[in-house]
Amino acid sequence: MRKIGLKEIEDIALGAALLGAGGGGDPYIGKLIAMGAVKDCGEVTLLDPEEIPDDALIVPIAMMGAPTILSEKGVGGEEYKTLHRMVSQFYGKEIYAFMPIEAGGVNSMLPIAACARLGIPMVDADGMGRAFPELQMVTFTIGGIKATPMALTDEKGNCAIFDTITNKWTEELARAVTMSCGGSVSVSLYCMDGITLRKYAVKNIITRSEQLGAAIRTLKNSPNTPEENFFKATEGFKLFKGKISDVLRETKGGFNFGKVHLEGIDHDRGQNAVITFQNENLIAEVNGTVLATTPDLICLVDSETFIPVTTDALKYGKRVIVVGLKCFPLWRSEKGLELVGPRYFGCDVDYHPIEALVKGGTTNV
Amino acid sequence: MYRLGIDVGGTNTDAVLIDEALNVIAEIKHPTTNDIYDGILGAIESILEISKIDPKKIHLAMLGTTQCTNAIVERKNLEPIGLLRIGAPATLGVPPLVDWAEDISKVAISSEVIGGGFEYDGKELAAFDTDHATRFFKNLKGKVNSIAISCAFSSIRDEHEKEAARLCKEIMGDDVQISISSEIGSMGLIERENATVLNASLYKVAQKFTTGFSKSLAEHGITEAKVYISQNDGTLMTMAYAQKYPILTIACGPTNSIRGASYLGHLKEAIVIDVGGTTTDIGVIQGGFPRESGVAVTIGGVRTNFRMPDVLSIGLGGGSIVRQKSDGTISIGPDSVGYEITQKALVFGGDTLTTTDIAVKLGMCAIGNPELLNAIDIAFAQRAMSEIQKMIENGIDSMKLSNEDADVILVGGGSIIVPKNLSGTKSVLKPNYFGTANAIGSAISKISGTFEKLIDYEKCPRDTAIESAKKEAIQMAVLSGAIESSVEIIDVEDVPLAYYPGNTNRVKIKAAGDLKI
Repeated sequence: MRKIGLKEIEDIALGAALLGAGGGGDPYIGKLIAMGAVKDCGEVTLLDPEEIPDDALIVPIAMMGAPTILSEKGVGGEEYKTLHRMVSQFYGKEIYAFMPIEAGGVNSMLPIAACARLGIPMVDADGMGRAFPELQMVTFTIGGIKATPMALTDEKGNCAIFDTITNKWTEELARAVTMSCGGSVSVSLYCMDGITLRKYAVKNIITRSEQLGAAIRTLKNSPNTPEENFFKATEGFKLFKGKISDVLRETKGGFNFGKVHLEGIDHDRGQNAVITFQNENLIAEVNGTVLATTPDLICLVDSETFIPVTTDALKYGKRVIVVGLKCFPLWRSEKGLELVGPRYFGCDVDYHPIEALVKGGTTNV
Repeated sequence: MYRLGIDVGGTNTDAVLIDEALNVIAEIKHPTTNDIYDGILGAIESILEISKIDPKKIHLAMLGTTQCTNAIVERKNLEPIGLLRIGAPATLGVPPLVDWAEDISKVAISSEVIGGGFEYDGKELAAFDTDHATRFFKNLKGKVNSIAISCAFSSIRDEHEKEAARLCKEIMGDDVQISISSEIGSMGLIERENATVLNASLYKVAQKFTTGFSKSLAEHGITEAKVYISQNDGTLMTMAYAQKYPILTIACGPTNSIRGASYLGHLKEAIVIDVGGTTTDIGVIQGGFPRESGVAVTIGGVRTNFRMPDVLSIGLGGGSIVRQKSDGTISIGPDSVGYEITQKALVFGGDTLTTTDIAVKLGMCAIGNPELLNAIDIAFAQRAMSEIQKMIENGIDSMKLSNEDADVILVGGGSIIVPKNLSGTKSVLKPNYFGTANAIGSAISKISGTFEKLIDYEKCPRDTAIESAKKEAIQMAVLSGAIESSVEIIDVEDVPLAYYPGNTNRVKIKAAGDLKI
């Protein structure tokens, strides 16, 4: 058990933005939501999954909708209370703690704000260990846990509980309602007990985000180069360094698809790379060779500051380093790859672990 | 008929005179004074003296200034303001100014979030809370003279902001300054609101530099000139506009130097290297305008969403200190003797080895007394120069968008230290008047209009939508004073909104043209 305050929020936001792997929303607005709540209501208690009683009701909460809309409307003041009330009533039992569903600029922050405003603890775990675009893409699905009852509310006070036959249906229905509610809503889903949490959740992901964020913040404070420090702290693979020469975007079925073309700079001068994304980065190719695929994390960071760059912020001329990180081991299972492997996203490649793909090709700095 | 361009920098106030054919006919540097007025006055006096032209023949006068940036960074002369945000029940989870440092958040003596605002599609999110707004303004009457108003999705619909402004004037009187977010920033409530608050708190600073500029012009008989202020996107605004939107002057310096360099070098596509005393700014000119940065811009610790040029700053300038390290390698900067170069550099009789000394030793320029450099080994100087060259070449490489060699324009007083044989370039040009590129950039700025809106391409096909948006942008440029036939579309951007069925895009179009004289 420990406390999360303003300083921790800064680091968690930064580290979670990296783990967002190009998605997860704008870390700036996420950070402000958490900071606003902690300034108003005080620090949040963070619990290790081991500290959770077996029968405690644990509820992941998240923001659903378009990042651009979130950056205009933020969140209101009552959504967390509404979710808490609806879910507690449904189960006839008080919620013990909230937790994040994914690691990302927005959704790592929202539970902090909710816990601060309601005075309940947060669990140091999530359901992805990174960000993914669809709500069935959680480790809990591998464990056979249903997304519903899923509670949804907007800032105006409209609310609903969904009970659906598959997690895929939940995604479809919730998205339709999100639209009608103005494009940005708060949800809670995959309610579970302490035993299930310990079995399937990605544990200690808040702490990992915080460590990553602190490392990025202090990259310049040591004798090695910031780049060396960065790869040491993240245990990442350096896939490419380049500047963005083109960004192709396309919207299909409410998702942001696209490709980023990079021209190499420094050691990668004369080489080129292509990153394919659907909200999050899916495939990284260098000179036509695949060096990493989903579910391993492909992250773009600014070549000078190492601040993560989300796919929404990709822009012609920007200089970035492409970083690969190993995903949560459960994603590499057969069931995991069915949910979030490259073929699910329509990419004609098989998954191979990043550490195997980069061997021999690009060096692990 | 002439145009006068003035750039007030931290060290120097530069002035240039340009004739009808856009040839530079005179340039001058004058020390900047604490009260910028005297510096401008001195610069105008000198340039009229050396050019001997009739002040009445100056028909355009443009000023670029860092006054607003300095006021924010130094937290000086900022006016107390009141902030009204319209957006409840949305936005309440992100209180106004929540991440501002304490010393600057104090400018808002009161901030409240009231009911109102819009959804992404223009639907009303909540009704405008007239009672709450009325209470807010009544409460601040007589306490502040400047009000900032923001509203959720006001860049889609501005009715609630306009209604609040009307109410504000009705209650607080016609003299109150009102800054409305939809007129200042683009999408992103918080960044737009932040910029609006800064704008509101700058109104006295703006009054001071606009009246100061007018006064110095009048004092020298420049009475026939239309007067403009430089904006950060390489275009101009009128004095009245600058008084209303002073925040738009932020960071016009790098923009003006890139534009000035482009003009002097007669190139519309080039890399511009502006070498000062301490740092070198490397920017890119595309189609005659600076390439914009995609990163959110922080001014004095406050995040905004301004249009800023994409500039890479490296710690290399004419005053950078040159050292030999224990392992024999040579380091350049990042520390510099700065404005003290004329006392500290070896070539001026000082005791510090600077990049300028290296350039003089190698015969690249003739300043100071080269005999004072006899102790420097020529091989050492050559090695130091190859370090300088490497720094510049790496910078060029980072800013280039393709592997093709680029044209490079060198400007700025420190550019004497840069060799002309740079790899990755097809030409390296150091034009005449390279030292006053900023003021020249200011004098030749265009006037522009920007149009931004969310459009669903399924309801309105992309081609039709972009065409009508272009017309809107051109109309906005003409309204600002551009000659219609000269207006060109200089930027088209459309970004699809993630997670959204349909095909909703954010469309942003910018048009600019030459000024009507």
